[in-house]
Amino acid sequence: MSSVRTDQGKPVLGRPAPHQQNRPSSVGAASPGLLTASGLVKTYHKDKVAIPVLRGTDFEVQEGEFLSIVGQSGSGKSTLLHLLATLDQPDEGEIYFEDNRIDCLPAASRDILRNRYFGMIFQFYHLLPELSTLENVLMPLMIQFGAIKYWWKARWHRERARQLLDMLGLSHRLNHRPGELSGGEMQRAAIARSLMAQPKILLADEPTGNLDQAAGQEIMTILRSLNEQQNLTIVMVTHDHQIARQSDRIVRLAEGRVEGS
Amino acid sequence: MYKWLLITRYLRTRYIALASIISVMLGVATLIVVNSVMTGFGQEMHNRLHGILSDIVLSSYDLNGLPDADAHKQEIRRILGDEVEGMTAIVQVPAMLNFQFDGQWHTFQVNLIGIDEETYAQVSDFSGYLLHPENQRQMSFLLRENGYGPDRQDLPDSGWTRRRAQAEYNKILRQQQLLQSPVGGQLESPGSEPEPPAPPDFAEPGIGEEIPLPPFGLDEGELEENITVEFDEATEQYTGIVLGISICSIRSRDTDGEVHDYFLCAPGDDVQLTFPNSGRPPRAVSDNFTVVDLYESKMSEYDSSFAFVPLSRLQALRGMIDQDKQVAHVSAIQIKLRPGADLNKARDLLQARFPALEYGYRIETWRDMQGPLLSAVQLETTILNILLFLIIAVAGFGILATFFMIVVEKTRDIGILKSLGAPSNGVMLIFVGYGLALGITGAGIGIVLGLVFVHNINQVADMIGWITGREIFDPTIYYFQEIPVIVSPMAISLVGIGSVLIAVLASLLPARKAARLHPVEALRYE
Repeated sequence: MSSVRTDQGKPVLGRPAPHQQNRPSSVGAASPGLLTASGLVKTYHKDKVAIPVLRGTDFEVQEGEFLSIVGQSGSGKSTLLHLLATLDQPDEGEIYFEDNRIDCLPAASRDILRNRYFGMIFQFYHLLPELSTLENVLMPLMIQFGAIKYWWKARWHRERARQLLDMLGLSHRLNHRPGELSGGEMQRAAIARSLMAQPKILLADEPTGNLDQAAGQEIMTILRSLNEQQNLTIVMVTHDHQIARQSDRIVRLAEGRVEGS
Repeated sequence: MYKWLLITRYLRTRYIALASIISVMLGVATLIVVNSVMTGFGQEMHNRLHGILSDIVLSSYDLNGLPDADAHKQEIRRILGDEVEGMTAIVQVPAMLNFQFDGQWHTFQVNLIGIDEETYAQVSDFSGYLLHPENQRQMSFLLRENGYGPDRQDLPDSGWTRRRAQAEYNKILRQQQLLQSPVGGQLESPGSEPEPPAPPDFAEPGIGEEIPLPPFGLDEGELEENITVEFDEATEQYTGIVLGISICSIRSRDTDGEVHDYFLCAPGDDVQLTFPNSGRPPRAVSDNFTVVDLYESKMSEYDSSFAFVPLSRLQALRGMIDQDKQVAHVSAIQIKLRPGADLNKARDLLQARFPALEYGYRIETWRDMQGPLLSAVQLETTILNILLFLIIAVAGFGILATFFMIVVEKTRDIGILKSLGAPSNGVMLIFVGYGLALGITGAGIGIVLGLVFVHNINQVADMIGWITGREIFDPTIYYFQEIPVIVSPMAISLVGIGSVLIAVLASLLPARKAARLHPVEALRYE
């Protein structure tokens, strides 16, 4: 895999290792997905009681696709998204991004992957309350670059963050704290933050779950527009079928398995 | 970059951290104040102890002293060579001091020291502790006209001015007594109050009383001369004596609470001394002396017991001069070494030359002589420093608890940062940096606060005294005009670095906990 690289040009995911090899050709289709998973198993344990969440889940999303994962509460939608985003690791199964296995990467490589290639938005926005909207949006770049490197291009970064916030209709909220924004505004700020590092894929966990219908629709319009105009691949978890219908494809999860799509 | 942004933002918005900053600040400030005061006290005591004792003292166990001081001095110089900067011989003997005040005779026990006025000032700071500016420059046992203690408002007129006034008064008193006496003053008028019993004039032996014979014999001719020649107290003085200021003064408060020294006698007054001679068995010898100055080292032990007279006169009165060999005995030889000389080495060399069993000499450095006192002060300082550093350690535990709370409070933020790709060590550094910032802020403010406090410590003590109605630093006890403080940059650096280190160490455990948080669990935390 040549496209995923660190700042120094060294491939993060490209070097085959015992735990990190390219996907076997037999597994992939003629056009392999941008992000694929096969046979994912995840079981949580609480007080010696095993709670199986994913029981051999297979998943694939193509580049430029807008995909929704739907299912009832406890079906494993969010767990699947967390595994795909490398926030968690599966007990069994494999996950590939751009044809490279990512589920058993070392923590540092997974951090880089999340920072530069994956954008994430959450149901509860998850903005840092001490920072302004602009600072929240700049956060991925602050993490990516060291202090000197960041300051070297700080003006450029800030300008780009302003453009993103302007595009999402938040140019008047740059210096406001999250507590001073409405739910829809916070989610738009979270979308701006997820786009800041120019990710290859956007992983959205119930992005409209905490919003009223109008605000939710507004967010869906933005996501739809990002997918269509910028060819951004989006994987969205939702329990709202109305919202899910606005995506290209729907994957249904039930009891930890994909029922159909 | 994100670390510094979050650290500065947490510092500004987490008021719970303010408690940690204040605890570190107070600990550091207290430590600096106490350390500065203790160092000041220690140094002041050090200077005063050393000021009077010279570097090394070679003394005889025998009250009659060691023979031939000059021969001993030559031998000491031969052993120690260029290390010796000055030497002086002294005679030290317990004595009783009598003087009259307000018609009453008062008796005190003193430590009488015979000194050579030429050389004694070379080995100690003796001159610096005298009241008269001229005597501070060049010590003399001759009475000065006036001008004693120019900065002391409580000291009455002294010197010849006082002496002449006293002589005039005595003259008038005697004339009145003669006029009131019907037979030439032989009988007292009826109804007159009896005079208080005065001690006998020891310069004149009583009828039938023998002067005790010292080993080398008294210079009786000289003694006879003193007896027969009429003494004019308005123009003449007895042998000079320098008295410790606390012997002849009382420090107390007036009705307004102001501290004053009340002088029972002053330069210009006559006193009587009684001390043992060097005979077998020792007999009491007495003589009159004129107070020529007062001695104020501000060490109460010295100021309340030391009286200094000319060495040769004390030797003569005690019969310590061998008339045949023209050799005088002395109690001790005080040796001043050049700055930086190794006192212990010099002491050991002298001890090797004059073994105690063979010569019966005690050879000690000034530190040996004041060892228990210096050790007590040092121990007190060390214990106080340890106790106060524990305050900062307590502040450290406060930071630990606060940080655990902050980590719990910020669990979701930690999850957000990790979901955005922040590495675990980056998260850890946020909290360690936060601890560092708290430590630096607390220690920085604490150092400034401590230094301001130390700089204005006397005003602060006055203010606390005014509020509580009780004087914090009582000059009647300490004999200091001001609280002595010495600010040691090294101590401040150590306190500052130590407290910052404690703050960082206290933040390590919570920071590690934050770094180990699972991002999914952190994001789900409510």
